[in-house]
Amino acid sequence: MLIVNNLSKTFNMHVGAEKTITCLDSVNLSVEPGQVVALIGPSGSGKSSLLKCIYGTYLTTVGNIYYTDANGSEHDLANIDLQTMRHLRTREFGYVSQFFHVIPRIAAVDVLSQPLINRGWSSNDSAKRAKELLSKVGIPESLWNMYPSTFSGGEKQRLNIIYGIITMPRLVLLDEPTASLDPVSKRNVLDLIIELKEQGSMILGAFHDYEAMRVIADKSYHVVTKNLELVA
Amino acid sequence: MDQIMKVNELSVVYGKGCDYCRDSNNPLEKNRCPHCMAVCAVRDISLELYDSEILGVVGESGSGKTTLMKALYFDIIPTKGSAYLAAYNNGETDIFSVSSQQQRAIRNNLLGMVYQNPVMGLLMNYSSGGNVAQKLIAAGHRNVAAMQERTAQLLDHMEIPLNRVKEPPRNFSGGMQQRVQISKAIANNPPVLLLDEVTTGLDLSVQAKVLDLIRMVQKQLNISVIVVSHDLAVIRMLSDRTVVMLDGQIVEHGFTDQILEDPQHWFTQTLVHSLI
Ligand SMILES: Nc1ncnc2c1ncn2[C@@H]1O[C@H](COP(=O)(O)OP(=O)(O)OP(=O)(O)O)[C@@H](O)[C@H]1O
Ligand SMILES: Nc1ncnc2c1ncn2[C@@H]1O[C@H](COP(=O)(O)OP(=O)(O)O)[C@@H](O)[C@H]1O
Ligand SMILES: [Mg+2]
Ligand SMILES: [Mg+2]
Ligand SMILES: [Zn+2]
Repeated sequence: MLIVNNLSKTFNMHVGAEKTITCLDSVNLSVEPGQVVALIGPSGSGKSSLLKCIYGTYLTTVGNIYYTDANGSEHDLANIDLQTMRHLRTREFGYVSQFFHVIPRIAAVDVLSQPLINRGWSSNDSAKRAKELLSKVGIPESLWNMYPSTFSGGEKQRLNIIYGIITMPRLVLLDEPTASLDPVSKRNVLDLIIELKEQGSMILGAFHDYEAMRVIADKSYHVVTKNLELVA
Repeated sequence: MDQIMKVNELSVVYGKGCDYCRDSNNPLEKNRCPHCMAVCAVRDISLELYDSEILGVVGESGSGKTTLMKALYFDIIPTKGSAYLAAYNNGETDIFSVSSQQQRAIRNNLLGMVYQNPVMGLLMNYSSGGNVAQKLIAAGHRNVAAMQERTAQLLDHMEIPLNRVKEPPRNFSGGMQQRVQISKAIANNPPVLLLDEVTTGLDLSVQAKVLDLIRMVQKQLNISVIVVSHDLAVIRMLSDRTVVMLDGQIVEHGFTDQILEDPQHWFTQTLVHSLI
């Protein structure tokens, strides 16, 4: 279970003129195992920021993020020590960022194998699994050993998604996973998300794409005026 | 996660120091004490290093990064503070409190160091192979044939051609010298590797090669690494966790992605905004 309780996020900028920007104000939401929960809202409404607060890329200013781990222990991700968070990131979390940060000069299949290797898989098994997923999302075999920096936008996005979910994480955070995909690739990606859901993952995603969202989401929150509103 | 090294309230003061500057709550002028004029190069630094992680240390020139690395490698005697290594007496003994002979043993077997300036880490007129072998000899190896083989293997791993092993580092480019230093630093499979500005001053393409090799070594040996750099781009590429230093003190620490995307301290924000 993931419960976001009364979360607010402000940025205090000290460069140039001192400035405080509030981007999320008293947000509440919950995600249960086997649920896909969608965040919808206009550009700049704070969807990515909320996902980043949960993953720890942004520090939460006020509020709590309760997460129950695989052993049944509850953590408040808003006030957690880095080593516990590091453990959760490698063992239980998957985060698909809106923009793919590629590690330079590493072949696609090796990039994708890494999260599994970090979890103790052998490099052979990891590569095998990476190739299965690459072919599942329709990336041609000729690209598997290329550097991702040479990939097209849509290909990068599919790599990014595989990178985030290859470990079948318990908590999956998706930031616009289908934004620049053609209909066939999109269907393949949605199938992967449904697979995660069926194995009991908690999935929280930001979507611009209402179509995609309607296919997979169990509930949706509208991000309105820095707050969330549950929509049916 | 297992803790590999722990540093507690380490200070290095150049000069006498006084009651005013010993209290780390009292402000200095940059890193200089306004009362006794001592330079507090490192001021009450505490940090932890965990298994198979790369910890980044970033800060501007003069912030105390090299001083910190040298203190951890026993090149400088700290003014105050303690440090513990899991591989030394189960992490129960402060490594600054033991005899200099013990410290040499720790340095030769448990630590690897790559200096900002290759002249500090290598004998420039001595063969490159010999430079690496020196570290093996220091750790008590005596079998010449075995050492030669190990040396060649290490240099080969760092992509120094076999036919150049006998040449002195002075003949080499900066990138090659750093790779000889890395070979030497990892010769005894130390659990902790200290890297001080390994890529500073190198061409971009040479930097990339050195960074790739460091990443490879860290993964293969599964060691813990402290990477010091004034360049946030290097830190971004290598480190999982980052501490930010300013005037001898740590002003911020966190996951590298957090430091880059949501920096809290004004100095970190300035650094991040100047990233191209
Ligand atoms: N690191 C940051 N520093 C300062 N302000 C930020 C930062 N990240 C986000 N913001 C601000 O917070 C608000 C929410 O941004 P966020 O990226 O979460 O929006 P989003 O809903 O994901 O938008 P988009 O759909 O365009 O990706 C914006 O006003 C943005 O400018
Ligand atoms: N041997 C020394 N004597 C006096 N001051 C020193 C000495 N070495 C370094 N310093 C001072 O200590 C501070 C930190 O230096 P250093 O650790 O080399 O910084 P960095 O590696 O971050 O550039 C600087 O102000 C520097 O001038
Ligand atoms: Mg966004
Ligand atoms: Mg330095
Ligand atoms: Zn003083």
